[in-house]
Amino acid sequence: MDLSAYEVWGVIHGIVFGGLFLLAFAGGLAELWRFRPGFLTAEGVREGLGRLRWGTALMAGLSWLAVWSGTYVVYPSYRAPGPTSPKSILLADPGTALWHKLGMEWHEHVAWFAPILATTVAYLVFTYGPALAKKDHIRRAAMVLLIGAFVTAGIAGVLGALIAEATP
Amino acid sequence: MASETERKAEMPEGPAAAAVLAAGVGAFVLAALVVVVEFSAAVKKLLNWSEAVGPLSGKTGVAVLAWLVAWALLHNRYRRQDGNFGQAYTIALWLIAASIAAVMLLFPLVEL
Repeated sequence: MDLSAYEVWGVIHGIVFGGLFLLAFAGGLAELWRFRPGFLTAEGVREGLGRLRWGTALMAGLSWLAVWSGTYVVYPSYRAPGPTSPKSILLADPGTALWHKLGMEWHEHVAWFAPILATTVAYLVFTYGPALAKKDHIRRAAMVLLIGAFVTAGIAGVLGALIAEATP
Repeated sequence: MASETERKAEMPEGPAAAAVLAAGVGAFVLAALVVVVEFSAAVKKLLNWSEAVGPLSGKTGVAVLAWLVAWALLHNRYRRQDGNFGQAYTIALWLIAASIAAVMLLFPLVEL
């Protein structure tokens, strides 16, 4: 089994960085949910805060790594001039051209919303920390932004997987 | 921990307002550039920072810069203020939602 550099980086970009980000989402959202007023004791806040800080920082970092590797490592190979690049192969067949014209255009742009939103969530968590259990509107905003990061990363991830599948 | 909770609880909401509003600005700039590049060859060429990546490099680079600059300016402006989070959050949500919708709707309109 031979894997090209494009395929190896595609796996690192999509499964390692992107996949871990999507997997971490459920934990991050659940932890933010647990910080609602009156739910946690002081001990519970102390115990959960470390996980919340590490989790949101990890998600922000993973989202930046995913868009950086996708844009600057994988995408140049995808769009390389010449008939053998994935973009050229997709565009050469009218049956697969839309995977580039719609799928890739959505994928490459919508993904960039995720790190901006995830970084904002991490900032709110680090800045307000245990007080998120008292400042409920900021905690709720962080949850909505985290969902936004997940949705945009999820759209990009699903499209990336489908484009890879559609490319011969 | 109690002291940290109290200290953090006393923090003004301005930094949070600045952060979410800056996220809205970053999202909006990204979407605006995506739309403009589709209709302007000159802007497309201007944002072609990397031959290998194409105009995506400039679109995302400018958006990230705009986000960070907006964040720094807004943080400086609102860091000691309180009570403005709700308004900033509402504006940010609209900017983010409209930006994502613009990116998702643009390509079907242009390509189909």
